[in-house]
Amino acid sequence: MTLLAFDWALLIEKLALIAVIVFGSLGIALYTTFAERKVAAVLQDRPGPNRAGPFGLFQPFADGLKLIMKEEIIPNTSNKVLFVLGPGLAMTAALMTCAVIPWSSHVELFDRKIELQIADINIGILYVFGVVSMGVYGIMIGGWASNNKFSLMAALRGASQAISYELAMGLSLIAVLMLSGSLSLKSIVGEQMADGNLWNIAYQPLGFFIFFICALAECNRTPFDLPEAENELNFGYHQEYSSMKLGFYLFAEYVNMIMSSAVMACLYFGGYDIPFLDESTLAPNIAALLGVGALLTKIVIFIFIFMWIRWTIPRFRYDQLMNLGWKTMIPLALANMLITGAVILWKAGA
Amino acid sequence: MQALTNRGQEVSRKPMSFMERLYIPAILKGMAITFSHIFKKKPTIRYPEEKRPFSPVFRGLHVLNRDEEGRERCTACGLCAVACPAEAITMEAAERLPNEENLYREEKYAAKYEINMLRCIFCGLCEEACPKDAIYLSETFAPANYTRKGFIYGKEELLIPNPKTEPEAHAKAKGL
Repeated sequence: MTLLAFDWALLIEKLALIAVIVFGSLGIALYTTFAERKVAAVLQDRPGPNRAGPFGLFQPFADGLKLIMKEEIIPNTSNKVLFVLGPGLAMTAALMTCAVIPWSSHVELFDRKIELQIADINIGILYVFGVVSMGVYGIMIGGWASNNKFSLMAALRGASQAISYELAMGLSLIAVLMLSGSLSLKSIVGEQMADGNLWNIAYQPLGFFIFFICALAECNRTPFDLPEAENELNFGYHQEYSSMKLGFYLFAEYVNMIMSSAVMACLYFGGYDIPFLDESTLAPNIAALLGVGALLTKIVIFIFIFMWIRWTIPRFRYDQLMNLGWKTMIPLALANMLITGAVILWKAGA
Repeated sequence: MQALTNRGQEVSRKPMSFMERLYIPAILKGMAITFSHIFKKKPTIRYPEEKRPFSPVFRGLHVLNRDEEGRERCTACGLCAVACPAEAITMEAAERLPNEENLYREEKYAAKYEINMLRCIFCGLCEEACPKDAIYLSETFAPANYTRKGFIYGKEELLIPNPKTEPEAHAKAKGL
C-alpha cells in the first residue's frame, strides 16, 4: 500500500496547473499572432485584420482552420520520421519552459496551499537554458530532414545564431545570479520583491540590454530573423513544410516569444511583483491573482516591444550578426560580469 | 559636368562617429517614428461599407437608358459599335410591332444588345457617339464573375429599371 500513500491531491493540483498553463500559453500564443498583425498594421497606418468577427477577433481561429485544412505534403526524398519529429520537437521545447516560471505566489484553496508554479526546482534558470537549447534541434532536424539545400542552410544559420547568442545570454545571466545567489526563478523573484531591494533592472541595466538582444536572436525575431530569408534562402528551414506542421513551427516561435518575455520579466522586472505595493498586506488569494495580472502585463509589454522592433528596423546581414554576437555582445557581457563581481566584492569588504 | 537640377546633394563619405556606430540612438529614433504612427489617421477606405466618392464624369459600367415613360431609347443605329475602339459592342435590330409603343420609343429597337466587359476599355466613346442619349456610363464598377461568358452583358444587365413599373429600383440605379 506504500504506492497509494501518495499525496493524490498534489498530483491533481499539478495536473490542473499544467493544463491551465499549457493551454493558457497556447491561447495567448494564438492571440499573439493576431496581435502581431494588428501591431504591424497600426505601425504602418493600416487597420489590419478586421473581417473575422468583431474587430477581427476570430482571425486566429480562421488562420488555424486554414492551416489544418491545407494539404499535408511530406516530400518523398525526406527522412519521414525526422520530418514529422522536427515541428513536434520545436513546439515541445517551446512549451517546456513554462514549467519553471513562477506565475504568481500561492493561492489557498480547499485548505491547501497551491504554488502557482509547476515545479520550483533549484536549478530553474539552468533548466530554461537547457530547454531553449533543445529548441535548436527542432529547427536543425526540420532543416535536415527536408533534404533540401536551402532548408539545410537556413537550419545551419539558425543553429549557429542560437549557439552564438546563447553564450552572451548566459554570461549576462551570471551577473544576475551573482546578485541573487540562487538559480531558482522563484527565489530570484522573491529577492526582487523583498523590502529595500529594487528590481534587477536597476542593478543590471547593461545585463538586461544584452539579455534582451540575445532573446531577440534566440527567438529568431527581427533584426535576427535570418533562418527565414525569402531573398537568399527561398523561405527558410520550414520550406518543405505545409499544413499544421508549418503552423507548429510558426506557432513555436510565438510560444518562444512569450516564454522569453516571461523569463525576462522574472529575471529583471520582478516577475509577479506589483511596483509600489506591499503584497503581504493583501489576502493571499487576491495577491496571487494580482500577481498573475502583473506578470501577464509585463509579458504583454515585452511582446509589444518585440513586435515594435520587428516593424521598425531592418535585419542584419549574416556576417554582421556574427560580428555583433562574438565581438560585441560577449565582451560586453564579460565586462558586465566582471564589474558586477567587483562591486559585490567591494561591498562585502566595506 | 553641369548638374541637371539644383536638388542634387553631395554624398557624405566621412566615417561614422562612435555614437553613430552604436546604432542605438538611430534605432530609438526609428522606433519613436513608428510609435508615432500608431496615432496617425488611417487612410484606408473600408471598401464594401465605405466607398470612395467619384467625380460625376467617372466612367463605370454601361447603362441603357429609358425615357420618362419607361420606353427604351436605343434605336439600334450602331453608331456606338462603330465608335467603340475595342469592338466590344454588338447588336441586332428589330422593328417595333403595333402594340409595342409603350416598350420602345421609336419604330426600330435593339432586339439584342451586348457589351463584352472584358474587351471594353471604358473610354466612353459610345456615350459620345449616341444620338439618342440611350447609353451612358454609370458610377458602378468592379464586375466580378466566375466565367468569361458572364462578362458579356446583355440587355438584362444593361437596361435601367423601368421608372413606371419599378420606380424605386430606377431611382437607385440613378443614384438618387
